[in-house]
Amino acid sequence: MVDLIISVALALVALVICLQVTVLLLWIERKGSALIQDRVGADRANLFGGLLPFNLGIVNTLMADPLKLLTKEDIVPAAADRLLHWLAPWLAVFPLFLTFAVVPFGDVLVVGRREINLQAVELSGGILFVLAMVSLGVYGVIVGGWASNSRYAFLGGVRGSAQMISYEIAMGLALVSVALTYGTLDLQEIARAQGRLMWGVVPAWGIFYQPIAFVLLFIAGIAESKRAPFDLPEAESELVAGFQTEYSGSKMSMFMMSDFIEVAIVAAITTTFFFGGWQVPYLYRDGFHLPGGLSVAVPSLVVTVLQIVSFFVKVFVFCWIQILIRWSLPRLRYDQLMAFGWKKLLPVGLANVTVSALLVLLLDGWTRT
Amino acid sequence: MILFWVLAVIAVASALTVILHRNVVYCALALVVALLQVALMFAALDAHLIALLQVIVYAGAIVVLFLFVIMLLSLERDAPHPGRFGARAASIAVTVALAVELGVAALVSEPGAPAPPPADFGSARMVAERLFTVHLLPFELTSILLLVAMVGAVVMARRRA
Repeated sequence: MVDLIISVALALVALVICLQVTVLLLWIERKGSALIQDRVGADRANLFGGLLPFNLGIVNTLMADPLKLLTKEDIVPAAADRLLHWLAPWLAVFPLFLTFAVVPFGDVLVVGRREINLQAVELSGGILFVLAMVSLGVYGVIVGGWASNSRYAFLGGVRGSAQMISYEIAMGLALVSVALTYGTLDLQEIARAQGRLMWGVVPAWGIFYQPIAFVLLFIAGIAESKRAPFDLPEAESELVAGFQTEYSGSKMSMFMMSDFIEVAIVAAITTTFFFGGWQVPYLYRDGFHLPGGLSVAVPSLVVTVLQIVSFFVKVFVFCWIQILIRWSLPRLRYDQLMAFGWKKLLPVGLANVTVSALLVLLLDGWTRT
Repeated sequence: MILFWVLAVIAVASALTVILHRNVVYCALALVVALLQVALMFAALDAHLIALLQVIVYAGAIVVLFLFVIMLLSLERDAPHPGRFGARAASIAVTVALAVELGVAALVSEPGAPAPPPADFGSARMVAERLFTVHLLPFELTSILLLVAMVGAVVMARRRA
């Protein structure tokens, strides 16, 4: 019974993380893009009809944006396929919610004698699960584009399917080299493995073992989330809004939400695989052990809180980098997009897997000693 | 057991939708549903690795390519697609043969409680160990087969271009 309650609670926590990060990203992106483009950004939202002398900023924008989107009229084109038009936003959002289930956001929470693993689902094939859910996310784009029965939406859907299939391969290859390095597919084990030290000083984070895989995964991740410079499925200067042209109100906000969840997922898996996940350097379950031999005991609960904070700080840093990239780079041309995916990322990924496999074989377990 | 029947009914219903629905996009999406049900069945049988691979390869990649092709060819919505008589006869014959084979297999096999699977059954490590030791030759032959298919696809695309 207690186990069941813990499972449900962890699943809810994963869902809440998802939703909270999404809402925060909405605000960060609006303000961030304004910062980059030298604008003021969202500053019109104010409670009580603007009677307050000051702007509540984040709080107001957080409430105003979702409320505005959710209360707008839902328009379905006359020639659309009504069932699939309704289904597509769900197809886009649902697999992404599930992805967060395998991402560990802390080590263990000790309650009495019970140690709760801070990960919604302990899955031995965690990496494969991430890949599977990301690859299912493409259906929202395809079905939405097709069901709208509009040329713009249709072209966006076709572009989206080709792009996501192509970059999934690079992503898969990056994940293969990660799995080779750690010798496991479980995200929690990968995060734990990064708690060790190299030469007694440097934290053994994945970025030091697999720098190329990090670059591959990050680029492929941005392409999977369909954001500039890879935003061809939306391409507002050519296709109006691509696959979501014919969507409005709450359905469009679901597509928007899936976009932000994807940003958060890319940030979360990058953090987990390459930047130690929830690890704080030199912090172990009983406290800090600095390389000089200095030890500071820290209560278990504080350790857990520090780890969770560390995880979210890292995730938001990577979210911010993605927002920075989106508002800095121009869109690729379609042939450039395909050439980059197949002729650059794929060979580099294959070479990286080969070299990693050789090294693991030669050094016999490399990181596992 | 309840889980199995729920999965089985949805799988068969969506498989029937694949062959009976007149709209090709609906057929492809029903195929995704059928494949996901099979993946869930694998998961229910503790074959987690196979379940995940089923989702990644079939639902996540192959049907997406189907949809891509359907959209590129922009097939007529609701177009009837009558098969030739020979093709129909052949497909019926193959279906009947498969059904008979499955029926015979079900009748001949011994019912009874199967042995409990080992602890790490279905994990990536165990599947890999079997695959790269006992079943190494078929595995390598399959990879050659896939390579041949890939080269063949490139050659055919070249010829047409």
